[in-house]
Amino acid sequence: MIRLERVTKMYKTSTRPALDRVSVEVDKGEFVFLIGPSGSGKSTFLRLLLREDVPTRGNIFVTDLNVAKIPRRKVPRLRQRIGCVFQDFRLLSNKTVGENVAFALEVIGKSPTTVRKVVPEVLELVGLDGKADRMPHELSGGEQQRVAIARAFVNRPLLLLADEPTGNLDPDTSQDIMLLLERINRTGTTVLMATHDHSIVDSMRRRVVELDLGRVVRDEAHAVYGVGR
Amino acid sequence: MRTDFVLREVTTGLRRNVTMTAAMVLTTAISLLMVGTGLLAVKTIDATESLYSDRLEVRVALTQDVSVADSDCSQPICSGLLAVLENSPLVAGVEYENQEQAYQRFQELFAGQSVADLARPQSLPATLRVKLVEQNGSTEAGASAVKQAMEGQVGVRTVIDQRDVVAKLFDFLGGVRNVTFALALVQAIAALLLISNTVQVSAYTRRTEVGVMRLVGATRWYTQLPFLVEAVLTGVAGAVLAGVGLVVGKVAFIDSLLAGIAQNGVIPPVTLVDVLAVSAYLVPIGAVIAGVTGYVTLRLYVKV
Ligand SMILES: Nc1ncnc2c1ncn2[C@@H]1O[C@H](COP(=O)(O)OP(=O)(O)OP(=O)(O)O)[C@@H](O)[C@H]1O
Ligand SMILES: [Mg+2]
Repeated sequence: MIRLERVTKMYKTSTRPALDRVSVEVDKGEFVFLIGPSGSGKSTFLRLLLREDVPTRGNIFVTDLNVAKIPRRKVPRLRQRIGCVFQDFRLLSNKTVGENVAFALEVIGKSPTTVRKVVPEVLELVGLDGKADRMPHELSGGEQQRVAIARAFVNRPLLLLADEPTGNLDPDTSQDIMLLLERINRTGTTVLMATHDHSIVDSMRRRVVELDLGRVVRDEAHAVYGVGR
Repeated sequence: MRTDFVLREVTTGLRRNVTMTAAMVLTTAISLLMVGTGLLAVKTIDATESLYSDRLEVRVALTQDVSVADSDCSQPICSGLLAVLENSPLVAGVEYENQEQAYQRFQELFAGQSVADLARPQSLPATLRVKLVEQNGSTEAGASAVKQAMEGQVGVRTVIDQRDVVAKLFDFLGGVRNVTFALALVQAIAALLLISNTVQVSAYTRRTEVGVMRLVGATRWYTQLPFLVEAVLTGVAGAVLAGVGLVVGKVAFIDSLLAGIAQNGVIPPVTLVDVLAVSAYLVPIGAVIAGVTGYVTLRLYVKV
């Protein structure tokens, strides 16, 4: 599903690489935590997968696409296969919950019929049925993140990337979001989640890839966050 | 492509920034108004030129003694000159105007003015009025041939090329046209900058939307089209406004200004059809300029 081959990313303004010869392989349907201290390169890792940026060296494959090599006009095709959620939700404040989710389908040209059918389904999946007509500011943080997840998942992506999705949420709400991500993972979607949250990683016991100063320092199945970190 | 989506985005975009949209429409309208005025000036100048080139002649004024002696160009000196002219392939026709006829025309021309009373038939020269053949749309060659053949001949006083006289008028009209186009150009640059700026601001206010679009894999068409349609619509609105301005300008201003001279056939009238035709040109011009500006701006300044 994902394969990174000795990927190095040097930002122009920085002296040390944000990612340093990173090789990681993730299979279809896996749930992987990407952990590490601040500045270790987690967000960079995810940005490269999305082709928000290109690696300085190395190859990145997402399904059969060689991410660094695909021409600009094929980038949308890559992104349509990937869903993303972020710490700051990134909802459109002038659209309702339903419109926010529908927006993701409309802009990739899905028909109104599809939109009308699929949006309520996904809202139900994330536990927001009945809230389609609310505005984002009328929702709690956890609910807003559910909308973001619904939007990321509505096109049934093969891969879900989450960059600290619980970073703005309290522990209980975070736990609910994790249950939702787990449920999405059970549908066969690969989930890759960057996080700082010890308790979440420890309670889930999933594969952990740990970065430090841009290098992979640990890659362990059924792991915990780690002692002393 | 979901047109309903694009249209919805465009309407919210235009409504979000009404003052900016209005400024953009007005600036575009003014610059296109000037372009339109320039085009009409060109059209009028061209029509005037062809109007005159049909009428303009070279006049060969005869000396006093020949003028007095010959009332029908039958005597050797005059008929010799006439024969030379008539044999030239560049001459379409020659008419003899004797002193009496010259006096009549003079009276008509200056009717009611004191010079009319002062003139005597004897003080006006008889003339050979030479109509020229057009070559490549110009009577230049004919005029200089006639001058060459006539100047300095016995019986010839002066050769007057009427085109020299009218040239000044055309110079003036040409100047008007150039100034109009120069102003239109400056105004157009202002309009371009404003369109470019509006697209940038519009893209900035919509950066969250555009960010989400990019993230979920919308193609460039979807992310850019709303901005382009917005720009093109303002361009078209500006052009329509400019067209209205031209019509109003014609009815309220040009018509009364030119009424006298146009009626006398001094210059051809600016017709409503002309104005509408020019206005029709302005619409695609406005649309294309706004669209191209929008596209270039998105390419250069905005990551969409
Ligand atoms: N656009 C950029 N330009 C220059 N340097 C950058 C850029 N983005 C990130 N970096 C640098 O790259 C390194 C890795 O950053 P990254 O955002 O990937 O870290 P992170 O692991 O996501 O950190 P955090 O946990 O704080 O989100 C950092 O040293 C950062 O300063
Ligand atoms: Mg980060």
